Amino acid sequence: MNAIEHPLPFASWESRGFWEGAGRGELVLQRCEACGLVQHRPRGVCAHCLDGSALTHFTASGSGEIYSFTITEQNQAKGFAEACPYVMAYVKLDEGPRLLTVIVDCDPDDAAVGARVVADYVSQNRDDAEVFAVPVFRLG
Amino acid sequence: MTTTAFPRGAAIAGVYEHPSRFSPNKTEFQIMAESAKGALDDAGLQRTDVDGLFGASMSMGLMGIVDLAEYLDLYPDYLDGTNIGGSSFVAHVTHAAAAVNAGLCQVALVLYGSTAASNSMAIGTGGTGGSRNPDAAFSAPYGMTTVGSYATYANLHMDTYGTTSEQLAEIAVTMRQHASLNPRAKMRNPITVNDVLDSRMISRPLHLLDCCIISDGGGAVVVTSLERARDLAKPPVQLLGCGEAVQHQGVGYSDILTIAAKQSGARAFEMAGVKHSDIDLAMIYDSFTITVLATLENLGFCPVGEGGNFVSNGGIALGGTLPVNPDGGGLSSNHPGMRGIFLVIEAVKQLRDECDARQVPKAELALAHGTGGTIGDKHSGATLILGVDR
Ligand SMILES: [Zn+2]
Repeated sequence: MNAIEHPLPFASWESRGFWEGAGRGELVLQRCEACGLVQHRPRGVCAHCLDGSALTHFTASGSGEIYSFTITEQNQAKGFAEACPYVMAYVKLDEGPRLLTVIVDCDPDDAAVGARVVADYVSQNRDDAEVFAVPVFRLG
Repeated sequence: MTTTAFPRGAAIAGVYEHPSRFSPNKTEFQIMAESAKGALDDAGLQRTDVDGLFGASMSMGLMGIVDLAEYLDLYPDYLDGTNIGGSSFVAHVTHAAAAVNAGLCQVALVLYGSTAASNSMAIGTGGTGGSRNPDAAFSAPYGMTTVGSYATYANLHMDTYGTTSEQLAEIAVTMRQHASLNPRAKMRNPITVNDVLDSRMISRPLHLLDCCIISDGGGAVVVTSLERARDLAKPPVQLLGCGEAVQHQGVGYSDILTIAAKQSGARAFEMAGVKHSDIDLAMIYDSFTITVLATLENLGFCPVGEGGNFVSNGGIALGGTLPVNPDGGGLSSNHPGMRGIFLVIEAVKQLRDECDARQVPKAELALAHGTGGTIGDKHSGATLILGVDR
């Protein structure tokens, strides 16, 4: 079992704050100062106000719990086939929203709904100027 | 019977299920064309009667419905290439009924064709590879697969309600039992709960035999007004109720355990004015065993969380509380990438008493529910309630 070779994320201007934050080792979320909504994934507008003028970025705690998960035993895609079995999960962040991720260094039998997890960051070797990382989580 | 939504009445006048399960020498459009002929013959209509064209497929993209019209040399007055995944064709029936009732077309043809099996498509486990699309950046790095998404739902359901792998396996066993009665079904040898549990794990907790098969195939459905359908070759099957809905991650807070079927089903039952106990059979999209369990619960056939018991001990077998997928479903009969059209076709054939060994006796009311996309991540749902003409 090898580590996952994560496909490189590409950012739009909507999501640049998230990926640059990950590159610094921070989990960056959006909050709308007009209505208070913390939303993920990031958007150019607050989905509820349909207006982006009050959107801000903030660094979240990086802590949360497993909302749902699976132990992937078969995935034919490059970068994942060799990494099976791996734990793919939705994590509910302490700040509210969920995000899709993988739980690394996790014995499949230890993965459980409600298990506490913390963010870690897998930096990317890439041939463009971006300094991004992929947020992953580990038990703890 | 007419409804507020369909004051002129809406009916399915013809259906055809393409017999092929493996067609390496055919194209998607060829399968659709052959299916169109079958359904029009079934209804006693001609190609030239068609003035509404509805369709979707795994490869039809931008302009796909125009390409399909060209292939068939049709010049319809109404086009709808809605693609919301495997439920599309269930939704197309609703859209066609609405168009007919609005007077925008008279005879609507709904088509599907696929060569998923002969193309060796890895539909469930192909995963998300790299993509330069920023919208994919929140899923592509994490190895989401179709089966993996459903598996996250299954784990959540098990954790929340105590549902077991044995209960999910019962669904696969019942589908195979039904398929053994369907001469066209791809997988007809009986299986046991242990066979399912002993089959290879694909994405925990879903085993190989919790997953639908991959076949080629296609089908067609003809929708017209009730009045017109009464003059055609076969007894009309009425559209009594319908609904559509979605479930997705939203801004990160949605209730993923509640699937689209809850909203679409409630609308369909309200429109039809019937009770769950009135339904004689249900055609439920069975991409995976968990899909059936989640759908039955959310449609309200049993309380949420009690689906495991509902599907056990033959509860959804022919002769059980609610016969589900007498054709053997996608788990055993056929699953050419998108299965929604077969839900409609089998429901119609059951209501016309044409199903021989797998016939539900005296079937007068059927429900069909299609799921498109992935439960656990994001999906669409479309529900129809169909009934005999009386
Ligand atoms: Zn807002």
